[in-house]
Amino acid sequence: MGTDKAAEEAKNNTTEKKAADTELVTVNPRGFRFKRIDGNTKSRIIDTFKSFVLGLGRWVILIGVAYVIIGPVLGIISRSFFSDADNYNTMVYMIPQSPTFERYEIAFDTLNYSSTALSTILYSLTLMMIQVLMCSMVGYGFARYDFPLKKALFGCVVVMIVIPTHTIMLPLYMTFANFDIFGILKLITGSSPNLLGTVWPMYILTFFACGLRSGLYIYIFNQFFRGLPKEIEEAAYVDGCGVWYTYFRIMLRNAIPSAVTVAIFSLVWQYNDTFYAKLFNISDSTLLSKRIASLASTVGNVYKIYDPNILQLYMDAGIVLVILPLVIIYIVLQKQFIEGVERSGIVG
Amino acid sequence: MGKLKKKNRLTLTRKRSAKGFLFIVPWLIGFLCFYLRSLFQTVQFSLSELTVSPGGGYTLDFVGLDNFIYAFRAHGTFKQVLTTSVVNMLVDVPLITFFSLMLAMLLNKKFRGRTLMRAIFFLPVIINSEAILSAMKVVASMMVGGLSSAGAEVSEAASSGVSIGYYIGMFSNLGLPSSLIDYVVGAVGRISNIINASGVQIIIFIAALQSIPGSMYEVAKIEGATAYETFWKVTFPMVMPHIITVVVYTVVDSFINSDVVTLAYNTAFSEKNYGLSSTFSLVSTLITCGILALVVRYIQKRTFYYN
Repeated sequence: MGTDKAAEEAKNNTTEKKAADTELVTVNPRGFRFKRIDGNTKSRIIDTFKSFVLGLGRWVILIGVAYVIIGPVLGIISRSFFSDADNYNTMVYMIPQSPTFERYEIAFDTLNYSSTALSTILYSLTLMMIQVLMCSMVGYGFARYDFPLKKALFGCVVVMIVIPTHTIMLPLYMTFANFDIFGILKLITGSSPNLLGTVWPMYILTFFACGLRSGLYIYIFNQFFRGLPKEIEEAAYVDGCGVWYTYFRIMLRNAIPSAVTVAIFSLVWQYNDTFYAKLFNISDSTLLSKRIASLASTVGNVYKIYDPNILQLYMDAGIVLVILPLVIIYIVLQKQFIEGVERSGIVG
Repeated sequence: MGKLKKKNRLTLTRKRSAKGFLFIVPWLIGFLCFYLRSLFQTVQFSLSELTVSPGGGYTLDFVGLDNFIYAFRAHGTFKQVLTTSVVNMLVDVPLITFFSLMLAMLLNKKFRGRTLMRAIFFLPVIINSEAILSAMKVVASMMVGGLSSAGAEVSEAASSGVSIGYYIGMFSNLGLPSSLIDYVVGAVGRISNIINASGVQIIIFIAALQSIPGSMYEVAKIEGATAYETFWKVTFPMVMPHIITVVVYTVVDSFINSDVVTLAYNTAFSEKNYGLSSTFSLVSTLITCGILALVVRYIQKRTFYYN
């Protein structure tokens, strides 16, 4: 949002101020110095005290809030190691007396973890790539080119962000229940295919940049590309690059910070998504986020455990298993993510 | 860029604009085929009775406003669920906005352990699945004491030694309006929800704070502004445009997770009453959009745009 202009103006102001200050000092150097020496130690003590109190206050708030966030996570992790006896021993808090891996073993088997996790990650990763590619393309088109009705069309992107997906869930369900583009498929094969229960609806939606929160990603990319200097592309054109070459080899490379942001958001939201998964009835064996919901009842049925408190322990182990891939990805990409958010112009 | 084009309206510009159009074509097709069409269909469904025919298709019988009349006059829970969702949203949005602005300011300062703290604060964004959150609530209530169980403690009015009712009574004796006290008590009770819902908002605000040129703070400092004044005269006006972004995001997000959506979903897929479900979706969406329009207009009037 024209930060360059803002920074320039502010800089001018500062230099003026600095000039005024130095003038003041040269006019009356003694008075200035005298004043500083007088209050020096006093103000230093006050400053130290102030910064100490402020720092303390900040840490109290931050640690308090961090506890609210991390408390349940730690609780889940520690409880997933509880044995039956620990669960009913009121003296046991956080640290189990007789830790057991049994919860993990059973949860691992019931979730069919290795294959389900693999297919979930594959599903989220491919969707993420399509998402980044398509949304960055659309964002770039909106940011750099003029075409008729551009403003109205961009208004439609905002509509996509604002209108909750549940408004259109029924028509989407119907559309994919017998998927057909203007009756073309029916002409060829004789019947329109039912895509529900497969992952195809999600891929189709995402490919047409209408997937999970695509509007938001288009918006982020649009803001980012608008902030890039035009000279980059002009140089590319002068050097004889075509539009597509310029976009793929030059602009997309420059957009890596916002691409990382969008990639992580998209990966995480896709991984956690239950709305579309439920709507399109994607099978449990493909998605962990759907499978985890039925973990407790499955374990109860298979292993004849009827105590809901104990079943909750299996659920905890399952949750740790489900969030493990995300946490690993997050820890690896954490720095790029935060830097990406700061530089990506998510806010313009 | 606009000016340059107006000067020389050549075929080259047209070519460029056609190429630019190519970039957005996939989205345009998707928007028209899936979004716009679906929006129209939602309206259509809500005005008719939908019966799924065995062949996979469906037939529509136009019934006029019957679904709407049924939803508001006869349906058992719709009005109540809708009101609760809207009130919850109206209560939560300002809390989340200001809470996340405050935290973003705390996290934006340079201090040791900042990276770790940020990593923790973005954790709710990462762990954001329905099943996981509901399981976490169970665990949070089992972790005795601490802020995460504050909600349970406030609502139970503490059977242990400390009586929270006593403190609440103390404040009402001060003559503070009871609605304000109720609001604050409610906010404290929901603090865990609020914290967990403000991950993305914190990110947006941190990015906004980073985009404020540091020289503005230098100017404020030289002019002798206190930290309080600096916040209201520099920081707040500069992040004001992003407050709209945050409010829009929060409203939409809280509506997606609200009970109305669940109700609409269940009406459609458990009770197979598609027309009524569309009505629920449509009514709740219209209300959301109305609230959004009002709030955005209200904020926009008071927003200071730097350039």
